[in-house]
Amino acid sequence: MSSVCRTVGLAAAVVVAVGGVTAGSEAPTYKAALRVCADPNNLPFSNMRGDGFENRIASLLARDLGRPLAYFWLPQRRGFIRNSLNAGRCDVVIGVPAGYELLQTTRSYYRSSYAFVSRRDRHLRVDSFDAPALRSLRIGIQISGDDYNNPPAAQALAVRHLNDNVRGFLVYGDYSKPDPQRDIVDAVADGRVDVAVVWGPLAGYYARRQTTPMEVRPIVTMADGPAAFAFDIAMGVRRGDGALQAALDRVIAQHGDDLRRILRSYGVPLQ
Amino acid sequence: MTTHTSRVVGSLLAIVALAACSRPSQAPGRSPQSVATVPGAPPSFRLVAGVAGAEWRMPAGDYGNLRYSTLDAIKTTNVMNLRAITTFSTGIPHGHEGQPLVFGNTMYVVTPFPNNLIAVDLTKPGGSVKWIYEPHPDSRAVGIACCDVVNRGASYADGKIVYSLLDATVVAVDAETGKEAWRTRVGDINKGETFTAAPIVVKDHVIVGNSGAELGVRGYVACLDVHTGKELWRAFNTGPDSDVKIGPGFKAFYAKDRGKDLGVTSWPAEQWKLGGSTVWGWISYDPETNLFFYGTGNPGVWNPDLRPGDNKWSSTIFARDADTGEARWAWQATAHDSWDYDEIMENILVDMEYGGRPRKLLVHPGRTGFVYVLDRETGELLSAETYQPTNWATRYDLTSGKALEDPAKQTHFGTVTQGICPSSTGAKDVIPSAFSPRTGLLYIPAHNTCMDYEGIEANYIAGTPYLGADVKMYPGPGGYQGELVAWDVAHNRKAWGVKEEKFPLYSGVLATAGDVVFYGTMDGWFKAADARTGAELWKFHVASGIVANPITYLGPDGKQYVAVYSGIGGWMGAVAFPDVSADDPYAGLGVVGAMKDIKKYTAPGSTVYVFGL
Repeated sequence: MSSVCRTVGLAAAVVVAVGGVTAGSEAPTYKAALRVCADPNNLPFSNMRGDGFENRIASLLARDLGRPLAYFWLPQRRGFIRNSLNAGRCDVVIGVPAGYELLQTTRSYYRSSYAFVSRRDRHLRVDSFDAPALRSLRIGIQISGDDYNNPPAAQALAVRHLNDNVRGFLVYGDYSKPDPQRDIVDAVADGRVDVAVVWGPLAGYYARRQTTPMEVRPIVTMADGPAAFAFDIAMGVRRGDGALQAALDRVIAQHGDDLRRILRSYGVPLQ
Repeated sequence: MTTHTSRVVGSLLAIVALAACSRPSQAPGRSPQSVATVPGAPPSFRLVAGVAGAEWRMPAGDYGNLRYSTLDAIKTTNVMNLRAITTFSTGIPHGHEGQPLVFGNTMYVVTPFPNNLIAVDLTKPGGSVKWIYEPHPDSRAVGIACCDVVNRGASYADGKIVYSLLDATVVAVDAETGKEAWRTRVGDINKGETFTAAPIVVKDHVIVGNSGAELGVRGYVACLDVHTGKELWRAFNTGPDSDVKIGPGFKAFYAKDRGKDLGVTSWPAEQWKLGGSTVWGWISYDPETNLFFYGTGNPGVWNPDLRPGDNKWSSTIFARDADTGEARWAWQATAHDSWDYDEIMENILVDMEYGGRPRKLLVHPGRTGFVYVLDRETGELLSAETYQPTNWATRYDLTSGKALEDPAKQTHFGTVTQGICPSSTGAKDVIPSAFSPRTGLLYIPAHNTCMDYEGIEANYIAGTPYLGADVKMYPGPGGYQGELVAWDVAHNRKAWGVKEEKFPLYSGVLATAGDVVFYGTMDGWFKAADARTGAELWKFHVASGIVANPITYLGPDGKQYVAVYSGIGGWMGAVAFPDVSADDPYAGLGVVGAMKDIKKYTAPGSTVYVFGL
């Protein structure tokens, strides 16, 4: 089924202030919190413990804007934007595709791509869907279910008639674990698949956490028809919230190096 | 879990009017209907199982899924005098699909998430609450359920009310005290499973299916012991025969559905593991053959180009043994679905004269726009005729059991396919039909929507908010959106239809021995029509649009009542929620295109209405 509709409840979400008014002997100047819409269990992007790079970026933003930081937590499923940002429960989403039509985006602050992940000791060196080696390999990809959309690798492999080589891993992973989307990279390390096609930030982060040395090669295949493999990532605010967008654009312009340093420290392959 | 026995919830309940109910002696006819024949029906007609009478004990009222009641006090000549007797709020303003149960002198209402169970004392005026059972399901389920946080109802058995929680758990609650009898976690929300369907109880077996195909879940039906909640068996709808419970007793009628491990071999390697084919609709049961019947959802993953093959057993009707779960036969309605045509719709079981001889039929009004009539003993397709504008296939070949599809209407990535009818929401969705033995008519709540499929947005970024859908829906030929279709089962043709212009018809239907059919509309009209002609006899405007299924019962005063939920929501109805943009034609996976005016006509609600004379 389908499925399409959207979830409307919000029971999973709570706003937790993690910043707060600056303590001190002077009377505090109250400033409204910067309320960030985030997934509580989505490493390496964000989690409730503040371990993700989007948590780090959120802290940087709040610090620079001189505002306390607060989170509105909601799993990033269908309806996430509608039930968080557009419901007025928070004000900024740290990572969205540039130009994302459900909201208003800032300037892009990084660009990454899907990547081929393999064990270094296999010497596969696959960086294209047209690599002849793929024909004899088990290829892990991230897929959604019957959700009217999929990561782009699904189609790139289908048009090359590599369906029988594909092993699907749920794009949302196992949400009971602290690192739900890790399994596809673990599967490469432990030999369940030979190579996996994984979104860069996930690929880089989880490749570093294997005991076996891994190779992360960004995809060089040009866009397959309408499918793209590389994306510009920006921050998102509500449509019409030009003031916050301008403030965030300024922070991005001034702190570009800091942002890239954070991303690199999480292994995010940058373009 | 919290149970409030005899809790007074005055603020929750709004009394509109009350019936003067003196406590009656046991009213006549309050025992379940058990006769095989129906007064006023053709002599050749036989009931498969007792239909609803004084009580409404299971989701459809009866095992055969007729949604037909023998009550006839409310009839064509007096239904115009119907009035609201009582209304009360469930307190949860989300989509109210499903229907209440009535057992003894109590009405049982399951709310949308958080799936509270409200017991209402029918002997007292004004919807007096006996107790509320609050199961507190895992709230993370809300974040993964696809189509609003609906629930499709409960079953009464063994002194318990049995129903599913959104977090893939099944509970049984003592019908008298409201105390939880058992609670069994069947599915795993961490893997995207949710439960929205209503279980049925056959002998000691609770049979229930899972939802969540949009997250790559693998569909199944599970069987629990009604006394303990212990899981007894589980039959998957994809995978090897051992998982699907296909053994020596399996005899598919058509060659296309025969062969070893088709649930594996009709997919690319291992893709059956994420193959969808969930069971979020209705289950029916034939006591004579001890078989239960259900349809499966469409296959995952969404992209059809990635899964060449028939993708069994998606979009399939199964017959299984109710004791063991072993499959007796299966018929796949659409192979390799590329339109999102689930076939989880109701299977109506009737024994009647058909094609010149008595037959044991299974009638399935399909999402695809076809009414399928099958021999339920063999799985043979006897007829497949369209009941709404349909162009993905021209017809079915009854000798092969296959649809003759139009290649131009198939969907592929990177290809724009325009004017596919019906749209993904189907010519009807999960909302159930009713069948009257007296008229021989099947009353189908139908939609007339078509869609443009533009497979150009397959660029999901893992770990990042979801990108927009690429399906746009709009009214089909003729411009109307909904229709109550009266389908002459014996002659495989439409007898008449009542057009509901504004919105798809998304309410279930109730048929009665008073020759009245009841149904509701998404813009909030609850209607009674003449079961023979479709003429509108009565209507009443309720607080919020209706996406639920009416029931009827005898009150403790011996009088007939009709009850229905009013609470817009669900896949199409969720567009009425204030936070869903009606400006974006792709929102709600495209249904906004068909629903953009809904906010002008209704708003969220949570009311139970009881009508009487």
